[in-house]
Amino acid sequence: MVAAISPFGVTAGVAGLDAGIGFELTMGFSLIVFAGASQLAALQLIDAGAASVLVIVTALLINLRMLMYSAHLGPHLAHLPLRWRTPMAYLLTDQAYALTISRVMGNEPPPSSHWFYLGAALPLWVFWQLSTAFGYWAGTAVPPSWELGFIVPLVFLALLVPAVRSRPAAVAALVAGTLSVLGQGLPAGLGLTLGASAGIIAGVLAEAWWRDD
Amino acid sequence: MIDPLWWLILAIGAGTYLWRGSFIVFGGRLQLPDLIRRGLNYVPPAVFAALVLPGLVRLTETSQLDGPRLAAGAVAALVAWRTRGTIATLVAGMIVLWVLRALGAQLFG
Repeated sequence: MVAAISPFGVTAGVAGLDAGIGFELTMGFSLIVFAGASQLAALQLIDAGAASVLVIVTALLINLRMLMYSAHLGPHLAHLPLRWRTPMAYLLTDQAYALTISRVMGNEPPPSSHWFYLGAALPLWVFWQLSTAFGYWAGTAVPPSWELGFIVPLVFLALLVPAVRSRPAAVAALVAGTLSVLGQGLPAGLGLTLGASAGIIAGVLAEAWWRDD
Repeated sequence: MIDPLWWLILAIGAGTYLWRGSFIVFGGRLQLPDLIRRGLNYVPPAVFAALVLPGLVRLTETSQLDGPRLAAGAVAALVAWRTRGTIATLVAGMIVLWVLRALGAQLFG
């Protein structure tokens, strides 16, 4: 699991280099935001010269799923003091959620579930920071003609394919993808944000449509 | 002077912490509305599609369709679908891109 996140961390480093924001800001992203897909999307938008509002809206839209994770895990961690829960929330990621929820769901949470959570979340955090730094360094060591920046759309492709696992999800992807391609002439980033929003709405509508059948 | 990008990063970080902490730290007790819960299911396919496709298919007047990138993306999508592996997808896509670029340089260079 820890190894599985390193390609995303490396990509975050490469994307930071590609966007030309420098090493400090690239690491700042990984340290402060610590959420790969939103970091990559934000860097892509910054690179395209998008308005700050669009960058923030898009990144927070991508991270909205953390709200769902938080809602699922919250009751299992409610017995802990606040000084524990405050850093634990910061460490919440897709992988830490997936590992922990499969363990605590269905039965009474064992008193040690927070240790289990930290055992999953902390190594992920360390690996994330190291792989971002490595990606930035590797990007500088490789000549530009290798087009290493192309791994950013490839990473999103690797995330997209398994996300399309139902007909409504395919509709959402199709609508969002088509509109974002058509919206390339709009001010930077607007096509992405509008396309993604329309795709989400289309997915919900498609789900309702097929359920009524 | 501080780079204004730091404020942007802080805003995204603060917002993301708000999502993460909503139920863990701030003790949200309310149930998520059903509509939001359903919409969340479609955030990944919609957002990722909107991020990938413009990178592969460019319609602006200045830049033309980039054949090698499109082909590399198609092969990578196939690999992602068959293997579900991130690293396999990245490696396949980059290799196809490099091979096609090298071939293009041989033929037209």
